[in-house]
Amino acid sequence: MNMTHSNPYAAADVYVIDGCRTPQLKLAGPPGPFRASDLAVGAARQLLLDMPFPAHALDEVIFGCVSSGPDEANIARVIALRLGCGDKVHAMTVQRNCASGMQALDCAVGRIASGQADLILAGGTEAMSHHPVMLNEAMVAWLAQWNRSHSLKQRIRVLGRLKPAHLRPVIALLRGLTDPVVGLSMGQTAEQLAEDFSISREAMDRYALRSHQRLASAIEENHLGEIVPLIDHKGNVYLQDDGLRSDTTMEKLAHLKPVFDRPFGKISAGNSAQVTDGAACLILASARAVEKHDLPVLGQLRDCQWAGLEPARMGLGPVHAMAPIMNRQQLDSADIDYWEINEAFAAQVLACLRTWQDDDFCHSALQRSQAFQPIPEKRLNVDGGGISLGHPVGASGARIVLHLLKILERENARLGMASLCIGGGQGGAMLVERKPS
Amino acid sequence: MNKHFHLQQDKQGLAWLTFDSPDKAANVLTEEALEEFDTQLVAIAQTHPKGLVIQSGKEKGFIAGADVKAFSRIDSPGQAEQLILRVHDIFRRLEALSFPTVALIHGFCLGGGLELALACRYRIASTDPVTRLGFPEVRLGIFPGFGGSLRSIRLLGHMPAMELMLSGRNLVAKQAQRIGLVDHALPRRQLKNAARQLIHEAAPRKPPRLWHRLPGSAPLRPLAAALLRRQVRKQVREEHYPAPYTLIDHWRRNAGNAAGMYASEARRVPELLTGSTAQNLIRLFLLQDRLKSQAMDSDFHASHVHVIGGGVMGGDIAAWCVLRGLRVSLQDRGPEQLGRAIKRAHVLFQRKLRDRYRIQDAMDRLMPDHQGKGLNKADVVIEAIFEDLDAKQSLFADIEPRMKPDAILASNTSSIPLQQLAGVLANPRRLVGLHFFNPVAKMPLVEIVTTEDTPDELAASAGSFIRQIGKLPLPVRSHPGFLVNRVLMPYLMEAVILLNEGVPGVDIDRAARDFGMPMGPVELADTVGLDICLSVAEKLSGLLPGKVPENLRRLVEQKKLGRKSGQGFYAWHDNKPRKDKSVADRETLEQYKDRMIMRLINESVACLREGIVADADSLDAGIVFGTGFAPFRGGPLHHVQEEDPDKFFSKLQKLEYTYGERFAPDAGWDKLLTKP
Repeated sequence: MNMTHSNPYAAADVYVIDGCRTPQLKLAGPPGPFRASDLAVGAARQLLLDMPFPAHALDEVIFGCVSSGPDEANIARVIALRLGCGDKVHAMTVQRNCASGMQALDCAVGRIASGQADLILAGGTEAMSHHPVMLNEAMVAWLAQWNRSHSLKQRIRVLGRLKPAHLRPVIALLRGLTDPVVGLSMGQTAEQLAEDFSISREAMDRYALRSHQRLASAIEENHLGEIVPLIDHKGNVYLQDDGLRSDTTMEKLAHLKPVFDRPFGKISAGNSAQVTDGAACLILASARAVEKHDLPVLGQLRDCQWAGLEPARMGLGPVHAMAPIMNRQQLDSADIDYWEINEAFAAQVLACLRTWQDDDFCHSALQRSQAFQPIPEKRLNVDGGGISLGHPVGASGARIVLHLLKILERENARLGMASLCIGGGQGGAMLVERKPS
Repeated sequence: MNKHFHLQQDKQGLAWLTFDSPDKAANVLTEEALEEFDTQLVAIAQTHPKGLVIQSGKEKGFIAGADVKAFSRIDSPGQAEQLILRVHDIFRRLEALSFPTVALIHGFCLGGGLELALACRYRIASTDPVTRLGFPEVRLGIFPGFGGSLRSIRLLGHMPAMELMLSGRNLVAKQAQRIGLVDHALPRRQLKNAARQLIHEAAPRKPPRLWHRLPGSAPLRPLAAALLRRQVRKQVREEHYPAPYTLIDHWRRNAGNAAGMYASEARRVPELLTGSTAQNLIRLFLLQDRLKSQAMDSDFHASHVHVIGGGVMGGDIAAWCVLRGLRVSLQDRGPEQLGRAIKRAHVLFQRKLRDRYRIQDAMDRLMPDHQGKGLNKADVVIEAIFEDLDAKQSLFADIEPRMKPDAILASNTSSIPLQQLAGVLANPRRLVGLHFFNPVAKMPLVEIVTTEDTPDELAASAGSFIRQIGKLPLPVRSHPGFLVNRVLMPYLMEAVILLNEGVPGVDIDRAARDFGMPMGPVELADTVGLDICLSVAEKLSGLLPGKVPENLRRLVEQKKLGRKSGQGFYAWHDNKPRKDKSVADRETLEQYKDRMIMRLINESVACLREGIVADADSLDAGIVFGTGFAPFRGGPLHHVQEEDPDKFFSKLQKLEYTYGERFAPDAGWDKLLTKP
């Protein structure tokens, strides 16, 4: 691996104008009130309302989404048309599993840096509660037989072949969260890391508790200003993420059973990301567009890195993706003001923190002569993360970049690093910068 | 020669006849057009085509119907009869052609237009939402007279056809296909292919199903007629609206034979047409047209509307604008206040749009916006918060600098004069009133309130905006209560005074309904909300003679607000008032009616004198479309003129003598009286 790839983002300045997101709504059994495109439209129309330019002034719309509904093929185009961008604003959907939202931003930067676009709406959306429940293959085969049989006699015979097992549904959500190559569920890959790095159940639970505590205080102090409320057709109003368990304690967390490696594992529902529906979006602009429309600037996207690693240890993806950026930009941890590492699992975040400051690991896996400085707790996921506010897979990548910029603005700080682990054995990271006043 | 109809023969031997009246938005069956149609039919018959297709050259309409303007000029039944007999001949010629004929229907196909289509052998309608088919004749006080009563029955069967003619309702293509009114309901792109195919196949027409034919058989017809009369009686009274009753009678007597139907149409429709109900309804139809066309001389076009106030009025105005294709941001203090408005809008969209893609599109264009971000993008800003001068003033002062400089700033105030509201603005001339009525989706009228200082272009733009959203603009001057509430309030207050005297609400309501009001005043007050009535009455109290009745104030203090609180003058249950049976005699009811209606009329005279509206016709239109005032009477001032102004005047004087100054005749009567 060549650690000194040139930085694609150095070619041109790409500005983030602003962004917003929906509240993230927890899976509660039946499909939620909003489909993936509803979520994205609900957020993006508010963002566009705030912009001085009309929707049709956009050059392009790019959205990340892992699994859109049957009526949402190329969901980005569905979103663009529903927003009233008009026929001419083209749109594409990108998919890099848990980092799809970040991939959308990366694509947008590429388009702007190359001069192909000046103004792009980019983001991610996911309605995990709408992920389909499908017929299994045996049932599909049986139906094909049924359709081919025409006489009553044939039909009776085919009917006799229908067994209860045919009716067992395929839950796409669960399949999607299972690695299709090594056959491990995402939770099992986290169990692997916990075992590799001897991360205790107590350490995971403590991390989870802190995530909830941080979200609670972020809500209290109004630090989630990028949330726009949603209203469903029945008039119900959704103002905040509903994943917060403000009454949770170490005892309550300790009580939860392991869900992936039963009965001896350590990963419980309490120390994993919540399954939620949500969308986040940002407006990205070239210097020319900023000038033309006299746009305010929230910050800039400075660098981006994708990395591949062993699927069974996909949780270490952030380390593999962040390291090349640090090398390229000649930074160490102290240079970064704030960090957002998506909380897929407490064990996975803790494993990243541990390896980041481990000389042996950095030497063997990252080809560095020495480890990075530790990432200070008080600079990481300061307003909670996936464990407390949920992880709508296609949206989180855009959400953490947006929120990181908002933190930099609030704290009048300069540099931020956002990163996610990606199912299938990848990592993605993005360096953002804001000009302090 | 060929002014209205253009004929083309294609290579397959089909004749395509295109109806396209010059310089008109819609095709109308004027005498001139009908004569030309006849000439064309004669010519086409001589060329022996394989088939004839009749279509429209207009983008959005097939044939809007007969020439209603000419109806108002007909003064003798004989004249109308001649016209009808002539049209019978022309349509029979069309029907008798030896080759297949097809009507290609896209857009409005109403009244006489539908009757023409019925004389064709086949009909194909587009599934586009602009396509509507129906017989609106009863709404004008007549019934289909161009052979439509006969042909619709022959095609659909007795009961479905009678239902269609009696209700006056419009059908979309799919509904029309379901009852057999059209052979195919298709996307517009397939109309011509289908026409060619139908002519090629030339399938015979299937008679309606047996159970649709049966009620027309001689022994069952009197029974079916009685049933129909009973249904109609639930809607309208014979003494007010004779047309549906005449239609039933016409059918009962003649349904068995075609010649009888034609002859009866030619006799009965002219009788109705020259009667006072039809003439008054036609008058209102034309007044409506006049108000619409007055608002045409502006090229103002809105694409984004910002509504402030997510209550019932604000929310419904926002939803209505969305329904008419606009993008709307709806602002209230917080998102919680907007939930109910979004829910109501969704119900409205489901009812009106039906198609899930169109509902989704409408919901996407209705944006909850508690932070008011849409304000600086809007072409029209409508304030619809509660009726409080201070609150409205501080709102206006706050939003004016953030609006686009050329955007319309409007208030939906129902009673506060613009001059007071606009005082806080940097440019006080820019405020206009756009006074919608509740329920917005049902009430066609919007009062456009201006002052002497309002620039003409602004008033024109406001009118044009109201036309854009499919409402009827009525320009009024900014005086307390404007026109509609000002005229309605004395009528309502008199009803409240009657209640105070111990008269049961049911008697009061019955007296008003006997006169032709769509809803009694007591029920109306409960429906509007007693708090709102009280607030308007108080705002008008300086202007109206008489005090605000105490019983109204007391009920509001007790939080008995009418329908919304379950108790007002009536006890409400399931959104219906509990009413006892009215037992008052005719003479007593007449007195109640006189007291209420005379106050309404007297106030109308005052408004005309003060120049609140441009003229008596506008006033009549405003009162009918804004309050539902007995439409068959043609409006309060027209009612006075039609009966006898002197009689009304002396009635008022008597009432003043008995009940005091609130009945004192307005100075404006001088101009109406024939005797000095």
